[in-house]
Amino acid sequence: MDAIILQTLNGLDKGSAYALIALGLTLIFGTLGVVNFAHGALFMIGAFCAVTMQRILNLSYTVVDPSKKDFLGNPLKVQMPYVEHWFGHDAGAAIINWSVPLAILLAVPVMLLIGFAMERGLIKHFYKRPHADQILVTFGLAIVLQEIIKQIYGANPIPTPAPSQLAGSLDFGLLIGFPANTIVYPLWRLVYFLFSLGIIGAVFAFLQFTTFGMVVRAGMADRETVGLLGINIDRRFTLMFGIAAAVAGLAGAMYTPINSPNYHMGMDFLVISFVVVVVGGMGSLPGAVAAGFLLGILEAYASLNAVKDLVPGIDQIIIYLIAIAVLLTRPRGLMGRKGVMEE
Amino acid sequence: MLGLERKDFVFLIVVLALTLAAPILLNPFPENSALAQFNAGYPDLMQRIAIFAIFAVGFNILFGLTGYLSFGHAAFLGAGSYAAMWMFKLLSMNILPAIVLSVLIGGLFSLLIGYVSLRRSGIYFSILTLAFAQMSFNLAYSVLTPLTNGETGLQLALTDPRVLDAANNSGSLPDTALFGLAMNSTTKVEMLGRVFQFNVGYYVCGLISVLMFYVALRIFRSPFGMMLRAVKSNQNRMNYTGLSPRPYTLAAFVISGMYAGLAGGLMASMDPLAGAERMQWTASGEVVLMTILGGAGTMLGPVLGAGFIKYFENIFSKINETVLHGWFSALPHAIQDPLVWLAARFTGEGWHLTLGVLFMLVVIFLPGGLVEGGQRIGGLFRRRKTDDPEHHPKRAPHVAE
Repeated sequence: MDAIILQTLNGLDKGSAYALIALGLTLIFGTLGVVNFAHGALFMIGAFCAVTMQRILNLSYTVVDPSKKDFLGNPLKVQMPYVEHWFGHDAGAAIINWSVPLAILLAVPVMLLIGFAMERGLIKHFYKRPHADQILVTFGLAIVLQEIIKQIYGANPIPTPAPSQLAGSLDFGLLIGFPANTIVYPLWRLVYFLFSLGIIGAVFAFLQFTTFGMVVRAGMADRETVGLLGINIDRRFTLMFGIAAAVAGLAGAMYTPINSPNYHMGMDFLVISFVVVVVGGMGSLPGAVAAGFLLGILEAYASLNAVKDLVPGIDQIIIYLIAIAVLLTRPRGLMGRKGVMEE
Repeated sequence: MLGLERKDFVFLIVVLALTLAAPILLNPFPENSALAQFNAGYPDLMQRIAIFAIFAVGFNILFGLTGYLSFGHAAFLGAGSYAAMWMFKLLSMNILPAIVLSVLIGGLFSLLIGYVSLRRSGIYFSILTLAFAQMSFNLAYSVLTPLTNGETGLQLALTDPRVLDAANNSGSLPDTALFGLAMNSTTKVEMLGRVFQFNVGYYVCGLISVLMFYVALRIFRSPFGMMLRAVKSNQNRMNYTGLSPRPYTLAAFVISGMYAGLAGGLMASMDPLAGAERMQWTASGEVVLMTILGGAGTMLGPVLGAGFIKYFENIFSKINETVLHGWFSALPHAIQDPLVWLAARFTGEGWHLTLGVLFMLVVIFLPGGLVEGGQRIGGLFRRRKTDDPEHHPKRAPHVAE
């Protein structure tokens, strides 16, 4: 039982990353009708926003600390981060400690900007081209973005720790009436899950309860009519592209303490998140989120020892098997609308 | 001749001549000269070009003719490699049975995947093939380890049975060979200050690739090829005329899978090693890059693309900052340093960046690839015929919707 609960948590945690990326992919597909193979790269850039934030906060100058001596007896030179200099030692150290959550402040504007630039500069010209062309050009873009990041940050994973207060583990079992130390779970992963719920809720609320969101939803249903009503739907869709990029970026930035970011993490996530979108249904936002969590949890269950003994290797392929089954029996996906990309 | 029209026959002969003369043609610069690093006439590189040309030509039969964009063809290449390796381990170091088996395995495997994937078209087909390939890759890494040797990859061992071969008492691993002709034996000829290397393995790969090119040419010109083009241009109309597109696309899929299996088998024959990374989806992406870069749907395009990518991959990764400083040394430092810095980003380790940029440019501006580029440049110099839109209808886009 405890193993199942532990794997459920694992699944929710993995699922939240899948759901966030798939949500962004679906936003782009639903609004612009573009299949974005570079979305994994956006996730990866978001993760490197966290790395950048960490580096910015750790910018230091050298001071001589007269109270300490190095092994030769000379006064010790220490690196003094600027934030510690400005805000005092304790506040500065706390800021550096919280660099990953603070990276949100950097990731949102950077990703919005990248999103706008990408849509206006490239994707705009591909609305009328076939889907295969869109796949190809965004695939090329993904390679380019990935290589640029590799040149700046190198090929090795860069550790970006969570704030020390959130870095430990939580005895989750105690909360739901298990004996101590049966279900111990890393605290940051729970934070990530809650964070993703927050983002997903925010995106849905934005689409559901604002006028802007209403127009966008109308545009997703019938772009031409909205245009005929005198609304500049293109500009709103550009903004939605930026928001989708920002969602991917936030997902990436907050994911860094779980997996140290490296330049090809985007590609690793991309394939799975595409599968998630297809299972959920092309163009269906609730479908993408539901399928993200569903596949995450199923993947986690498949890696239970009991299941693995029954069907060896199932944990490696379950996501793909489900995708194949769904595509063959119900091509519009679990929650897809009839007629959208159904063939 | 050979069932080809005169024009195609000449084309084939030219390709054959170029393949045979490649060790000389690709070595235009004298040894020890500054330009010697641009030479490509050494066996390893030429073998790779020939093998990837087979892979891309086969992929083009599926993508170029029917418009179905598969993102999982590396799975067949990997399966072919594994099959060939098992033949080397169990049966004989002769490459013939290995190649035959790898083609068969590639065909069977693609029949299985194609039968399922081809129930859908467009982007769903791409994602299905991607899912299957990723699945095979994951399995090859984990559960199928007894068959694939997991992360280490499948290698030869002294203890392998090799039932058909004579007992090997030399204590070293045997070489792959074709009836006693070792693949890695090279004849070096020094002439005109250049060293030309005539390698058995290259000629085996090269001749097989010309043969496969011929087969593809026949397919392109056959009624079957016309059917495949019909699949791309309009499936509905094909249905209305009472023809089902399914068997045709499946046949194309299996043929291209067999090409991929053959390429994988040759790869293992040249360098007896097979690893799971050959099945990864980035490897499938590479053959897509080659085909598009060269020109999908044309005969020459995939070959050009394969040669182009493999050649520049090799050359670019050798250019480092020291070499660049040598080239730009005539310039003053103020210009030289930023120029070298910029160029270094795109060379050496940065080859993939160049490739990505190039690929994007081709997709955006030149959907017909290098072949279309060549035709456009050729068109500039040719005398304009009277423009008659009736008789020059716009060509259909090279991908299916």
